[in-house]
Order: sequence, then structure tokens, then C-alpha cells
Amino acid sequence: MSVLVGPDSRIVVQGITGHQGTVHTRQMLLFGSRVVAGTTPGKGGQSVEGVPVFDSVQEAVDRTQANTSVIFVPAPFAKDALLEAVDAGVTLAVVVTEHIPFHDMLTMYHYARSRGARIIGPNCPGIAAPGKSKAGIIPNVVFRPGRIGVISRSGTLTYEIVNGIKEHGLGQSTCIGLGGDPVIGTTFVDALPLFEADPDTDLVVLVGEIGGTAEEDAAEVLRSHFTKPVVAYVAGRSAPPGKRMGHAGAIIARGKGTAASKLEALRAAGAEVADFPYEIPDLVARTLKERGRR
Amino acid sequence: MVKLAEWRGKEIFRQYGMPLPRGRVVRSAAEAASAVAAGSVPLPCVVKAQVLAGGRGKGGAVRFASTPAEAEAATGAILGLEFKGERVREVLLEEKLPIARELYLSVALDRSLRLPIVMASARGGVEIESVDDAQILRVPVHPFVGLTGYERRRIATTLGLVGPAVRSLDTVLTALWQIFEREDAELVEINPLAVVGDGLTALDAKVIIEDDASFRHPQYAEVRDDRTPLEEIAREKEIAFVQLDGNIGVIANGAGLTMATLDVLQQFGGRPGVFLDLGGTDDPKKVTEAFLLMAKARPAAVFLNIFGGVTRCDTVALGLVEAMKQVPPAERFPLVARIRGNNEDEGIAILRSAGVTSLHELKESVQAAVAAAGGRP
Repeated sequence: MSVLVGPDSRIVVQGITGHQGTVHTRQMLLFGSRVVAGTTPGKGGQSVEGVPVFDSVQEAVDRTQANTSVIFVPAPFAKDALLEAVDAGVTLAVVVTEHIPFHDMLTMYHYARSRGARIIGPNCPGIAAPGKSKAGIIPNVVFRPGRIGVISRSGTLTYEIVNGIKEHGLGQSTCIGLGGDPVIGTTFVDALPLFEADPDTDLVVLVGEIGGTAEEDAAEVLRSHFTKPVVAYVAGRSAPPGKRMGHAGAIIARGKGTAASKLEALRAAGAEVADFPYEIPDLVARTLKERGRR
Repeated sequence: MVKLAEWRGKEIFRQYGMPLPRGRVVRSAAEAASAVAAGSVPLPCVVKAQVLAGGRGKGGAVRFASTPAEAEAATGAILGLEFKGERVREVLLEEKLPIARELYLSVALDRSLRLPIVMASARGGVEIESVDDAQILRVPVHPFVGLTGYERRRIATTLGLVGPAVRSLDTVLTALWQIFEREDAELVEINPLAVVGDGLTALDAKVIIEDDASFRHPQYAEVRDDRTPLEEIAREKEIAFVQLDGNIGVIANGAGLTMATLDVLQQFGGRPGVFLDLGGTDDPKKVTEAFLLMAKARPAAVFLNIFGGVTRCDTVALGLVEAMKQVPPAERFPLVARIRGNNEDEGIAILRSAGVTSLHELKESVQAAVAAAGGRP
């Protein structure tokens, strides 16, 4: 088993004829994902990397039974794309697009939720279960099948860390990049129970960032509802208050959302804390060994 | 994030029917005198510096005037002042109202709830952070529903309002919510919201507009905020660029990786001076532009840390080599590079042909960058 994606994921790529859509459709196919359809309004009947293109998500779902969408549609149109996917019956939507206004995302999130669909992202690299399926843009080369779950708010930092785990001789069960925006469809709090329930995950690496209280909220879940070992890292300990550090979410205001407060909460909840990204693989291996001995 | 000055916030307030004091924004003392003489600002009046920083009252940036001459003098005294690093270029003159009580009201996003949240307190006029939690009412608002009648009544009760003031609050809340939604605001704050006679009046306005929604609000594009000139150029080129107080420039791709790189740099005694996030790009020209921008910040050394995903390593290497040709010799800086991920081998080969070695491990490359900037390794 894996988390949220697997052999049954039938992927439709919204915005497949754009540059990123095409590039990542190819990468997903190489990964082994079942990309069954693409959509771009007005371009129905074409094909991209051998994948049929439809005018609407409804058509794509009717013809190919797609159940998972990956959205590359530009920000001004992303809300509409997501609503279309949800209305067509897609149950998981990975929104890669960045710079979506959070007011749009509020609508997207609450609408999807009311229809029983889940969003990963926006502004995220997506999700991958090595050897099974990938819905998103995480580079294929960093993966190797294994039993470590990874949940991260970052993009490239996730690649760096997942790659480090691979180079250490370990592998991943499922890796989710949650996205760096202020409102995201799937948070640590939402994702942790999925990994707790996944029999193929032995340990979870949690990669946080400064800003907001997502890590503090995650610590609450770890304390009360989580039995697997967790290794945590939080980026941004050197960030000055008030400056926006690239991600819309990564801003520290008045001492809240600092790396220190997050690390303290996670440590108090029983997580092993890595001070720097390159310490993670060793810490994972050591934690697995220690917990295994008990 | 576009922070609006009070008078701009109040212009929006007025469009949405928020009750406001009568007043005018001026840019010279003479303009202040004529505004008062013409009766567009009734006396006595308040004279307020239009700066974004808080604490204007205590900092001497708010004054009072009872005559046109006093209004002129107060405006003249405030204009041109430097307040917490900001030059005062505009002054807002408003009628001074008989205030019975000062309240607090705002709407912002609660990220954990993934809902907007209205905050109300009977303790207005002070920074909300200094108000005891028990004295603040927090009302999450579902975006599909808006502020309901019963929530409005709860807010009125919390604020201690009865009779006609409740109807006035209704007007204020409707405006507050509509501004938040329709103007794509991150924050709409009224502090203080004054009880004046039977009704309410917004004495201050703090409005922050979200950058990402600028495609539907071109009117905010011209509004200045707290970016440095180089940060402004970077924004136009869609490069995340933040100036800090150290001397090492850091170029990475992705916010998380950039932040992690800064963390490691500090750990080994380096002081980050500029933080530049290339984001996802496969255009070598954008990389070149980013580098030239970095050169303008005159760093002692630059550390490039790239993990290729959307951005390919060879793209970055090509852009970098081109930029190095364009940087004038006097502005050159030592460069330490670490590029990993997609097309890593091609990127490393391109760098090598230009005499740049790509290091493999984060730790060793950070140490090399610190040494190159003249610090200890």
C-alpha cells in the first residue's frame, strides 16, 4: 500500500499542452504513473506523449475513468480548473500552480471538501510513491522504493532530503510536498494519519518551514494520535522577523511561527529533531535502529 | 504584500460605505491651510503622518490643531520627517471627534482553520497583541456564507453596543467583510473603531492587499511599500530577492532550500547578505539576470546551491557562465557552486569549462563559501 496514490491512480493532467504540463507528463510516465488523459480547452483530439487530450475534465473522466488530477493551469484560471475537476468526480487534485490568491484557494479548499475531494498544494511539487505512481513534479531520480514516509512544506528542499535518504541506502514509501502557501489543501495534520495507517511506512520525516503554526499543529497530532517514529527538520532558523522568505507562508511576525517554537513543540511531542538537512539520513537510520530494538 | 497607507485604506473604506471622519490628505503645509480654510476639514482637527509604521501617536507623528494656522504649522512640522525609517510625504487632516470609547475590529486569514477570522475587542486603541486573549472575540467566517446575523449580534455584545450603535456596527461589518473578499485583502483592521454619539466611526485604517491577486487589482501596482530598490527590480523580474545585513550572497532555487542554505551558512560563521530564490525556471536568461542583480548588491562571495527539478542544472550553469562574462572586473566576486539533481553532470561540465568547481556536499560547500568571503571556514 501507499498513501493517496498507487497503481489505481488514473491521472488526468490539466494544462497538458503547456510546456510544464508536457514535460512533467513525460516524467510521470517514465516514473510508471498511469497518465490516462490530459485537458486543454480547445485542444481536444490532440495527444501529448501518447496521452489523449480532451476539452474538458468531464470528458476525460467519462472516457478514461481518471480519478486524480494534476493541475498546471496558470494562477488566474486555477480556481476554475480545480472546480471543474471536482465537479467531474476527481477525488484527488494536485495543484502545482504557484501564485494562486489565497482567497481563491479558500473557495477551492472548502468546495473540494464539501464534495469529498482532496487537494494537495497549491504551489507544491506533488506526491509520489516510488515503484507505484507519481502525481506531480518531484524529480524521478531522487526516489527509491522503501519504508520512509516524507511530508514536507518545501519543494527543492524536499528533493534534497529525499535524495539524501536514497544516497544513504534507504528508500521512501510515499513522499508528499504540501506546498508553501498560506492556505493548503492538505496539511501535516491531514497527512500524518494517512501515514500512521499505511502499513508500508515505518518512520515519517517531517520537513517544516518558519511561518504559520502548521508544525505546532502537527506536534499536537504526534502527541496524541501517532505511534510511528518521526524525524523533523524546520528550515528558516536564521530568518529575520517580518521579511518574507520566498514562500508566501514563510514570514515570521512578532515571534510567532519561529523555527525555535516549532522545534520545541516537535521535540516535546517525541520527534527526533535534525538541526540541518544533511543530518536527516543518519538520524533516520539511527532512529529506525533504536526503535527496532525495543 | 501591499501595505496601504491610512489615507489609501480610508479611500477604500469610503467606497464600501464605512463611516469615517471628514478629512483630506495633503502634501504641503499650504495645501493644509487651504483645506481647513475651505471647510473640507472641520476644526479642531487631527494631523497625521502617512507612514506605514505603527506607534505614530507616541512618536510625535500625530498632532492636533484648532486654527488654520495651527493646521498649517503642524503639517509643515510633520512633512519631511523621518519616522522609523520612512520619509513623511503625505499628511492626513481629519476632524477631531468626541470619542466615547475605542474598539478594535479586524478580519484576516487563520491558516490553521483555513478560514477568514473576524477579531473584535472592546479594548481598542492599543496594539491588539497587548490585549489579553480573553478580551478578544474570534469569529471564523465561512467564505460561502459570510458573516451571519447571529455572529454579528455576538460581536455587538462583545463590543458592548446597544440600540442605534448596533445598526452602525452592521454597516461597519458589511464593509469590512466586503473589502476583505472583493479587494483580496490579507488584513483589514480598524483600530480604533470609535463610538461617537449614537454611531461608530473608523478612526484608522490598515489594509494589506495580497500580491498574488494583483492580476485583478491593477490599481494597487503603483503603491509603494517597504522593498529596497534592488528588491523592487527583482520583483519585476519575478525573482525572490531579500536583502539581509551580511556579506555572502546566496542563490538557490525554492524557498525551503534557500532558507536551509542560509541556516547552514550561519551555523558555519557566514553572514548572509542577499537571499535570492531563482524559483523554477528553465530559461538561462533569467539565471543571468539573477546573477547580475546579485552582483549589484556587491557581495563578498556568492554561494550557489541548486537542486535541479523543474530547473535543470545545465540551464543554471549556462546562465551563470554568461553572467560571469558580463560582470565588470571591478564587481567580480568569488563563487562557490553546488549543483545537484536534473542534468547534474551536464551542468558540472559547463561550470568546469568556465573554471568553476561544483562541490558535492552542502556542508563542505558552505564552509568553502564562508572562507571565500574572508571569514574563517
